[in-house]
Amino acid sequence: MKTVILTLTNPPELMLEGQNITPDNVAGKKAAEIAALDVWEGKQKSALGTYFAVAGDGGATAAETKIILRGDCTRVKRIGQQMTAGEIVIEGNADMYIGGWMKGGKIHVKGNVDSFCGIGMEGGELVIDGNAGHHLGASPRGEWRGMQGGLIRVAGSVGNDTATFINGGTIVIGGDADIHVSTHGEGGTVIIKGNAKGRVGGQMVKGNIYVYGTIENPLPGFQMVGEVEQEVDGETATFTHYIGDLGERHPTAKGKTVYANLYTRN
Amino acid sequence: MSELIIKNGFVVDPLQGIKGDRMDIGVKDGKIVETGTLSNPKTIDAAGMTVMAGGVDVHSHVVGPKVNVGRLFRPEDKLFKSPLKSPTCSRMEMGFSVPSTFKTGYDYARMGYVFVNEAAMPPLHSPHVHEEIRDTPIIDNAAMPVFGNNWFTLEYLKNNEIENNAAYTAWLLRATRGFGIKVVNPGGSEAWGWGLNCVNIHDPVPYFDITPAEIVKGLIETNEHLGLPHSVHLHCNNLGNPGNYVDTLESLKLAEGYAPKNDFGRKQVMHITHLQFHSYGGDSWGNFESKAKDVMDYVNAHDNLTVDMGQVTLDETTTMTADGPFEHHLCSLNHLKWANVDVELETAAGVVPYIYSPKVKVCTIQWAVGLELALFSKDLMRTFITTDHPNAGPFTRYPRVITWLMSRAARDATMKTFKWLDKTIDATSIDGIDRELTLYEIAQMTRAGPAQALGISNTYGGLAPGMDADIAVYALNPENMPSDPAMIEKAFSRCAWLVKDGVVTVRDGEVVAEPAKRTVWVDVKVPENAQVQRDIYEHFLRHYSVKLDNYSLFEEHLHNPRVIEVDATE
Repeated sequence: MKTVILTLTNPPELMLEGQNITPDNVAGKKAAEIAALDVWEGKQKSALGTYFAVAGDGGATAAETKIILRGDCTRVKRIGQQMTAGEIVIEGNADMYIGGWMKGGKIHVKGNVDSFCGIGMEGGELVIDGNAGHHLGASPRGEWRGMQGGLIRVAGSVGNDTATFINGGTIVIGGDADIHVSTHGEGGTVIIKGNAKGRVGGQMVKGNIYVYGTIENPLPGFQMVGEVEQEVDGETATFTHYIGDLGERHPTAKGKTVYANLYTRN
Repeated sequence: MSELIIKNGFVVDPLQGIKGDRMDIGVKDGKIVETGTLSNPKTIDAAGMTVMAGGVDVHSHVVGPKVNVGRLFRPEDKLFKSPLKSPTCSRMEMGFSVPSTFKTGYDYARMGYVFVNEAAMPPLHSPHVHEEIRDTPIIDNAAMPVFGNNWFTLEYLKNNEIENNAAYTAWLLRATRGFGIKVVNPGGSEAWGWGLNCVNIHDPVPYFDITPAEIVKGLIETNEHLGLPHSVHLHCNNLGNPGNYVDTLESLKLAEGYAPKNDFGRKQVMHITHLQFHSYGGDSWGNFESKAKDVMDYVNAHDNLTVDMGQVTLDETTTMTADGPFEHHLCSLNHLKWANVDVELETAAGVVPYIYSPKVKVCTIQWAVGLELALFSKDLMRTFITTDHPNAGPFTRYPRVITWLMSRAARDATMKTFKWLDKTIDATSIDGIDRELTLYEIAQMTRAGPAQALGISNTYGGLAPGMDADIAVYALNPENMPSDPAMIEKAFSRCAWLVKDGVVTVRDGEVVAEPAKRTVWVDVKVPENAQVQRDIYEHFLRHYSVKLDNYSLFEEHLHNPRVIEVDATE
C-alpha cells in the first residue's frame, strides 16, 4: 500500500469542496498529478495543490492507496465521498459529508466531524474518534433509500436525525444521540451506548435500535414485549424489548408481522 | 433576417406525403419558402441525413404547480444526475425525471422538438403555468386547462346547457390563456374531494349527480360547438388498474356519432391520452395482462379518435396527475412519498415517485402494452409517441421509444433484461410482433400527426412553404440505416441540426442559440351570455378564495403570445 500525505498549508477562506480526495481519484497518480485535482472554494475551482502540500504517489489501485490528511481540515468537506476502496486517515477534525455515499474502504477521523457524514453509505467503514454532527448515516434529502450497508463508529456523541431511512449496515455511537434516530428505518442496526433524547424509531418499519442509557422521551408507538439477553458489539447484556412503530405499516414475512425492535439495556 | 437552405437531405414530411425524397428546403424570415425565392442563403449540408419538421409533443407535463411540486419534493432526482453547465447554454440544467424549466427546453431542442403541449393546467394556477412557460427556453408551449371536474362545467352539463358551457369554456380559455379542453378522470377528481372516486363511467359524481359519460359527451359537444383547434383531450377513468380496458372501450364509444367541426384540419373529436395506462386486462395484479389489441382494434376502426402511447420507459420517475385518487392509490401500493393538492372548484392533483423496474412483472407488461398500441396501429397519423412525461418515463426517452418501435432487435435486447420474461410474453403479444416502423411512420407519430390533432398543422409539424421554419435534421441515412439500434437512439437524442423559426438552434446535438419562444393560446369569440357572466360572478363571490378581478391572467404573465382566433358567434 502506498501512502499520500496531504498537509493543509494554505487553509481556505470558505469551505473547501473536497470530493476528489478519495483513493479512487488518487490511485495511479504521481504527487504532481494529485496536486492538480480539482477542488472548489465556493464556486471557484482550483487545484488541490493550492491548499495542500502533496507528498507521495498513489498506489496502482484504490485498494492499494492510503491518504493521510494533516493540518486543520475543519473546513474541508466531502473527503472520501463515493470512495470504493483504500484508506483515508484524517488526523484532526473535518467538515461535513465525510464518507458520504461511501461504497468500500475505510476512513478514520481522529477528531470531530460536522453533519451529513456517512450519508447514503453503501459499504465500508467510517470511524470517528470525536463527535459527529447531525444526519449521521442518514439518507440524502428526499431520498427514501438510506444507509444500505457498512459500519459507522463514533466514539463521542452525535446530533439529531441519525440513520434516517436506514436500510442496512450498523451505526455504533459511544456517547449520546440527540432527537430522531432511525426515522422511517427499514433495516440496519443503531447502537447508542449513552442516552437518547427522544423520537427514537419514529415511523420505523423494520430494523433494530439499542439504547444503553435512557430515552428521555420515548415514543408511544413502541410496545414492551419482554426481556432478552443478547450479545451486542462484543458484550452480552439483558435488554428490555419493545416493538414498533405501531402507527406505521408493517410487512409480513412467513405469516408473521415484522416490527422494528427497540432494546433498552437493563 | 437571414436566409438558409438545407441541401440534399432525405426529406420526410407526412403532411405533404414526402417519403424521404432528396430535396432542398428554403428558409427566409423564419418561414419555409420555395428555394427559388432565396437570393444569398447560408447552406446547411444535410447530405446523407434525414430532414423532418420540428417535433410536436401532444401531451407532456412540463410546466405548472404539480410539476414544480415534483421538482421540490424530489431533490434526489437531481443528486448526481444533473450535468455540468453547458458552455453553449445560458442557464444551468438540473434533474432527470422532472427536469428544471431550462433543462426541459434544452433537451426538447436537442431532440429536435419545437412545440410542447402542457397536458394539464389547473385554471386557478394559470399564472404559475405561464411564468414557467416563460422560463422554458426555445420550445413553443400551449397549456390545456382541466375541465372534467370543474363545478361550472358539471352544473351546465348536468342541465344539458351546451351553449352556456361553451360560453364558460371560452371565458376560461381566455382567463387562463389556455389552448383546449383537457379532461382528467372526469368526475373522479371531484369525487376525491369526498374521499371517493368514479369507479366507472356510469358512476355518478357525488352532489352533482352527473356521470363521467355525460361529462365527456357534453364536453365533446361543447368543443365542436366552439370549433376549437384541438379536440377534447381525455384521460379516462380507472387509470392503471387491471381490467380497465372495459372502461376504456366504453369511454371510446362515447365519441360515436360525433364528427369534427373546425377550420383547422383536425379530424378527430376525441384524443385519448396515455392509452397504455388504460389497456389492461385481468382482475388482479396476479393475472394482469395486455388488452392493447382489443383497444387498438376499436381505435383503428374509428377515425374520429386519436391516441398517444404513454410508453413506460423502465426508469425511476415521478408520477404526477390531476387524477388525485389514483395517486393516493399508487402511494398505498409503493409506500413512497405522496403529495396531494385540491384546487378549489376546479381540480385536484397528486405526485408520487415510481420505479418501473425490469425486475417487476407488472412494469414489463406495461412496457409491452405501450409498444403494442403503436405496433397494432393501422394509422400512425392518429397514434402518437408520448411517455406521458414524466408519468411513464421522462420525455428524454423518446429516442429510446422510437428505437424500440423501429427495431425488433432493440425490443429483444430490452426483453432479455426482464426477470419475468416468460410471464411477460404470456401476458402480452409483444413477442409475436415483428413490425418495425419506418422513419416516415415515426415522423407521423412525432410531428405530422400531433400537429394535425392539435389543429396547428398550418404552422407546425410540416415543411410546406409558408409554415414556421422549424426543421430538425437527424444523422440517419434512410438508404443505409445503422444495424446497431443504439445508433438510432443516438441520432434522435441529439439532432445534427435544429432550425427554430429560421434560427440555427442546435448543432451537433448542442444548443447554440436560444431563439424567442412563444405561448400559443386559443381566443374564442362567443355571443354575449348574461347568465354565464352572472354565474361566474356569483361563484366567485360565494366559493372562490380569490376575487374575479384577480383571477384572470394578467397580461404581464403571458409571454410572447401567438393567438389562434376562433369565431363561434354564428
